[in-house]
Amino acid sequence: MATLNILILVCLIYVALLFLVAFAADRAARRGKGTWLRSPIIYTLSLSIYCTAWTFYGAVGFAARSGLEFVTIYLGPTLVMIGWWWVLRKMVRVGRSQRITSIADLISSRFGKSNSLAVCVTLLAVIGTTPYIALQLQSVTFSFAAFAGAADLDYQVTAFWLALGLALFTILFGTRNLDANERHHGVVIAIALEAVVKLFALLAVGVFVVWGLAGGVSETLARIDESEIAKWDVSGSRWIGLTALSAAAFLCLPRMFQVMVVENEDEDHLRTAAWAFPAYLMLMSLFVVPIAAVGLDLLPEGTNPDLFVLSLPLAEGRDGLAILSFLGGFSSATSMVIVAAIALSTMVSNHIVMPIWLNMTGGSAMVSGDVRHVALVARRLSIAGIVLLGYLYFSVSGGGTALAKIGLVSFAGVAQFLPALLGGLFWRGATRAGAMAGLLIGSLVWLYSMFLPSFGVGIFLSHSIMTEGLFGQGWLRPEALFGSEGMDPLVHAVMWSMLLNTGSFVIVSLLSFPKPIERLQGAQFVNVYDHSPKASGWSGSLAQTEDLLIMAQRIMGAKEAQAFFSGAAARQGIGGYLPEPSPDFLQELERELSGSVGGAAAHAMVGQIVGGAAVSVEDLMAVADETAQIMEYSSKLEAKSAELTVTARQLREANEKMTQLSHQKDAFLSQVSHELRTPMTSIRAFSEILRDSDGLSRADADKYASVIHDEAIRLTRLLDDLLDLSVLENGQVSLNVQAGSLSELLDRAEAAAGGTSGDLDVHRNRGDEDIQLATDLDRLAQVFINLIANARKYCDANAPRLIIEARVAGDTLLVDFVDNGSGIPTDQQAVIFEKFSRIGETKAGGAGLGLAICREIMSRLGGSVSYLPGQGGAAFRVTLPLQQRVAAQ
Amino acid sequence: MSADPNSGRRPVFVERRTYRYRRLVDAARLLPVLAVALMCLPLLWGGDRTTPTMTTYTMTYVFGLWLALVVTTAILSRRLRNTGPVNTVHRDEDGPSGEA
Repeated sequence: MATLNILILVCLIYVALLFLVAFAADRAARRGKGTWLRSPIIYTLSLSIYCTAWTFYGAVGFAARSGLEFVTIYLGPTLVMIGWWWVLRKMVRVGRSQRITSIADLISSRFGKSNSLAVCVTLLAVIGTTPYIALQLQSVTFSFAAFAGAADLDYQVTAFWLALGLALFTILFGTRNLDANERHHGVVIAIALEAVVKLFALLAVGVFVVWGLAGGVSETLARIDESEIAKWDVSGSRWIGLTALSAAAFLCLPRMFQVMVVENEDEDHLRTAAWAFPAYLMLMSLFVVPIAAVGLDLLPEGTNPDLFVLSLPLAEGRDGLAILSFLGGFSSATSMVIVAAIALSTMVSNHIVMPIWLNMTGGSAMVSGDVRHVALVARRLSIAGIVLLGYLYFSVSGGGTALAKIGLVSFAGVAQFLPALLGGLFWRGATRAGAMAGLLIGSLVWLYSMFLPSFGVGIFLSHSIMTEGLFGQGWLRPEALFGSEGMDPLVHAVMWSMLLNTGSFVIVSLLSFPKPIERLQGAQFVNVYDHSPKASGWSGSLAQTEDLLIMAQRIMGAKEAQAFFSGAAARQGIGGYLPEPSPDFLQELERELSGSVGGAAAHAMVGQIVGGAAVSVEDLMAVADETAQIMEYSSKLEAKSAELTVTARQLREANEKMTQLSHQKDAFLSQVSHELRTPMTSIRAFSEILRDSDGLSRADADKYASVIHDEAIRLTRLLDDLLDLSVLENGQVSLNVQAGSLSELLDRAEAAAGGTSGDLDVHRNRGDEDIQLATDLDRLAQVFINLIANARKYCDANAPRLIIEARVAGDTLLVDFVDNGSGIPTDQQAVIFEKFSRIGETKAGGAGLGLAICREIMSRLGGSVSYLPGQGGAAFRVTLPLQQRVAAQ
Repeated sequence: MSADPNSGRRPVFVERRTYRYRRLVDAARLLPVLAVALMCLPLLWGGDRTTPTMTTYTMTYVFGLWLALVVTTAILSRRLRNTGPVNTVHRDEDGPSGEA
């Protein structure tokens, strides 16, 4: 018993020392001294709370049972650390830019500051950490027992006092200051000290075993070769599964998140920790297998292998080393319980207690009471509750299980956060519904297939459920889900829970649609390196800064709040305590508050006070809606204006045409008067000569009479044309449909137009012209005559040539008339078919009616005549449907 | 940070220092992949029943690998600090930053 008393004394002295160190560190930090407190080495050492009593005692036990497999628990974190560029860097950056206070805060912030998600994460974290705390209680209790002799000690009572002591210690330690973002300098330094103590203790035992007991390195190796664990016989699934599981847990454990992200002073520290922490882990694992092998060899059968680290020095009578070893285990356990309880209590108070309290007091921090006080009480109570839960787990599970087995239950529980965490950091499509579904399903599977069975058969799950499945359904057996029998229970549970978790997370994310704030946060998290760390802001023009100050004093404490406000005012160039409520200031304040009460609550509180002036996402959506309407309206206007432009252009074109036509008409009128006057003048002159001259010879009289006759014919022709056109245009013409061949028709037209007279070279391919027509042949001939005559009249080439090509395209006959003259200028092409249109100065005195008549005829016949540009000379195309469809009838 | 993070204009050629830095980042990213492969390697050894691989042998390998990883990471992270780009926005080597 003397040893036991010494032991208790040593523990108390050690705890007092830790307290002193923490106190001194806090003071130094407050005075702005001790920059070494924020060095990367301290950060690395603080990460060592990964190595708990499980590592200190349990690793040797694990190794004694399954050989080298224990090392997977340390290889996983090693992988995460050396892959820091992938995940940790991003996690730390997000944590710092969003002022994240816990893993629940991270996940809830990512998925739209959803508090229900935060509650789920918090509950699962509490349940998942419970076995872990039980593990610490168990190991320290057992180590007491190893000193005292098992018989003299009541495990339950010892564990209870231990739990009580740890809870008190943690409350004293961890809740002296409230803002989680102010970082617990004292706690971090104490953890760093404990990291050194446990490493030193384990190395000391290792050195004693290798050089003191085994007699050197080669002798130790030989002893391992002779022991039960000599064979490298590890199942691949467990090796890979455990490595992955420990890597996942390293990222997801609330206490690891606390030291890694929340307590992180400088992102740059990761760079050092990336190699220094794996080195620490390696040193911690270095002597595990030797201690296990020598312990198996030297200690009597039935000794708990979890306590080899302690029993070996004790059995050899090295009490001093044994006490050092005990201290190492004790410090491992205490540091874990302290940080885990701080981390969990932050989550519980921020995400469960504070929202409920705010709700009960009318949803406003303005009503009554001191939020700061409430938050502190909530945290203290949660710490006590969490440690108590650990004690309950220990007493219910009976404390007979191997440490490593308990720890793995915990690991698998918190690993359920991994899909939501990684998905949230790297996948913008991840939604709140997906995260919720994955988390719920994964944790249900974990509870059923791992957590509840971990208490032992018959406590929560009856024997029949274990062997026959829930409701007698064979595929629902906890350790053979969906009929997957024969798997290692751990690998089985981890595989199914992670598979279903990830699966539902992905599928529900793909199918659901995120709220705007989720999408906003998603972009900020996933592209954290791109975004300046700004959340959606407040517009505080109406905010009551004084109200804000009152609220902040309640939450942060009067001194801190006033310092914060006056600092902000000074930055804005204003004296006193009330800065302008600029969006920047409000955002800063919200972040500051979120350190104390969590992001969602802080958002709600500032929203309460800033009230209607707050820019909510709904407001933004409304603005966006209006903008969309305006945009729609303006696009309609744009379409209208485009339409107007088109109309205006058409009008302008019509106007141009009208002007041109009017000019043509003027020109025609003078032409007609000229055309009429010229023959009339000759007729008058020659008829006067005939009348007045007596001595005219017969020949002269004939000549003059024929001039009069010719001129009369010309007049008649002109009038005929005008009449013809007028008849055609008025649709009064009746068509005389006959059958005939194109070839004959062209012959006739060529002859009538004088094409055979020799001054025009007409090329035709008679082989193509053997086409039977059924239409008004006389009218068609009139068109052809006109076109050939035009070519004769207007072709200005030295050797005028006309090519007539006929072909059939589908149901349509095409006849092209192409001459080799200079063609018709582009600006004239539009008007040549108009009446009275004449091009330039004509050498032959046409009235400009020919083409207009052609066009009218062709449209009566159901076809058309058009100018064909780009053929080298003037070219016209006559189109006629072969089937007898005559438009005029 | 630049005004528009999504402007897709990245220079094709960067100065030597930035280029070196990016390759260092590549190495830092690939190292854990290599580490996973090497850590799984011992699983392929246990095949023979008559002459099983000894724990001591595997232990030497695992701890040797561990040490090598620590040293490599230390060198990489030290060089990352020394050659880090001073004023460049290193968005393009920031890993899978989503679809933006």
